[in-house]
Amino acid sequence: MSTSTQSAASIQRLQHKRQTLEDAYSPPANFLEIDVCNPETHGVNKDRYTDYEVRMRTNLPVFRLKESSVRRRYSEFEWLRGELERDSKIVVPKLPGKALRLQLPFRGGGDGRFDDEFIEERRRGLEDFINKVAGHPLAQNEKCLHMFLQEQTVDRGYVPGKVRTT
Amino acid sequence: MMNFLFGPSADLEIHLDGSDDRKKGDVLLDSGKKEACPVYFDGEAVSGKVNIRLKQSKMEHYGIKVELLGLIEQFSDRSSQHEFLSMARELARPGILTQSCCLEFEFVSVEKPYESYFGVNVKLRYFIRVTVTKRLNDLVKEQDFLVHTLAQYPDTLGGIKMEVGIEDCLHIEFEYNKSKYHLKDAIIGKIYFLLVRIKVRHMEVQILRRELVGVGPNSMSDCETVAKFEIMDGAPVKGETIPIRLFLSGYELTPTMRDVNKRFSVRYFLNLVLIDEEDRRYFKQQEVTLFRRRPNRHRRIAQEQHQSQSADTAQPVHQQPDRSYFHHRSAHFGAKSPAAASGRTAANADGANTANNNDDNEAAVSPGNSDNSSSQSGESNDQ
Repeated sequence: MSTSTQSAASIQRLQHKRQTLEDAYSPPANFLEIDVCNPETHGVNKDRYTDYEVRMRTNLPVFRLKESSVRRRYSEFEWLRGELERDSKIVVPKLPGKALRLQLPFRGGGDGRFDDEFIEERRRGLEDFINKVAGHPLAQNEKCLHMFLQEQTVDRGYVPGKVRTT
Repeated sequence: MMNFLFGPSADLEIHLDGSDDRKKGDVLLDSGKKEACPVYFDGEAVSGKVNIRLKQSKMEHYGIKVELLGLIEQFSDRSSQHEFLSMARELARPGILTQSCCLEFEFVSVEKPYESYFGVNVKLRYFIRVTVTKRLNDLVKEQDFLVHTLAQYPDTLGGIKMEVGIEDCLHIEFEYNKSKYHLKDAIIGKIYFLLVRIKVRHMEVQILRRELVGVGPNSMSDCETVAKFEIMDGAPVKGETIPIRLFLSGYELTPTMRDVNKRFSVRYFLNLVLIDEEDRRYFKQQEVTLFRRRPNRHRRIAQEQHQSQSADTAQPVHQQPDRSYFHHRSAHFGAKSPAAASGRTAANADGANTANNNDDNEAAVSPGNSDNSSSQSGESNDQ
């Protein structure tokens, strides 16, 4: 090691500001938790669909509500992904697969796309997706994401745009 | 050498004077093998002997000459070679050699403007070449040697201090103690967190080497991560300072080479990378100049001379931190057309980097590893 040839002064740490106790022990400013849970199937027979509760808790100032809970179905996740792919500059993560094979009659076995196992797998995939997306600094600028997470209904006729004024 | 019936008529051997006393370094030969060769500096004489050992009773030749050459070889498909240094001496006039002999040569005050370099797409080498001109085929022997270029900068030059960030998400202030480091130096720095609204998993410092060969359409660029050094594991909060202490002597580095003979450049960058929970990378590249310092003995003599001359020592300049922003280059997000995130971002980024080439100091957010197949700007994906 060459440390023996260098004086202690030349490799000493640079002077820094001490962290205040308030900063050290305050809750971190990056708190963001989104759960996709409580799947419920609505309707009867052919017109059934499943939706999930998307519950969000955060202390990020960019989100208007610090706590929100909305119900969303798969097609609305697909809508969000499409909006983000078009408007934001991020590479949007993939959604869990569509249930195409399961929707054909007499195929897949069990309850098809209302099968408990399938719904659980899908729920996990949707949770991963929304956490990845909502944590991305550029996605947080998009109106579609805020509407998806914090408005009770998704208005597909909305005006796309950015949330931040700068 | 192509005398199929009788084999080579003589063996040539070049021996450089003082090679036992000189510092040695590794030279990468054309064959791919490494050879330890003596190191020379600019202005020094290069002298030695050529041993010619006859394999037959006599050898007729049309002249023996010795050359000192400096060559830049580009490994592109054109494989161009350029001699930037060429000196020649005649060792023997045309005649007949009846016994093995030893011929001496000396090149005085040889200007060696560039340092030897063995890179990915380009090579710069110095060597002695002996040629025995014969009727059918010449006998040729080459002996490489290394050249090092030395530089000296005063210790009191300012370091690098900058504020970088993504608006409302991540603001840091980073500082490196110098902007020019010698090859056995230590990079002492710190990262101060002003705002942390993302979930950082860890932070590392990388040393990048960028080799640029050629100009215009034929130019080739190679970027290599020479070192990766984790400086923080875990999530920081506002007000925390993370120290950096990175010793350069542990890595294979060369001095910064700018526009060597207008053919190639070798530049070094410090890359500060923050990785968040979703494998998104936030990075800021900063060019640093690396140089080779004079050996200890010479440096102490020079320092004493300098101290006796200078009236007062300059105080280290405390720079106000430059304001800059992580640049949202959409190319890093996989979109087709690059566009700046906001006019203000671009203006600040340009304004902050006055001392450095704007093209080379970039900062960006890149998508997580799971989402992109190739990452931009030379980041290597940790698999």
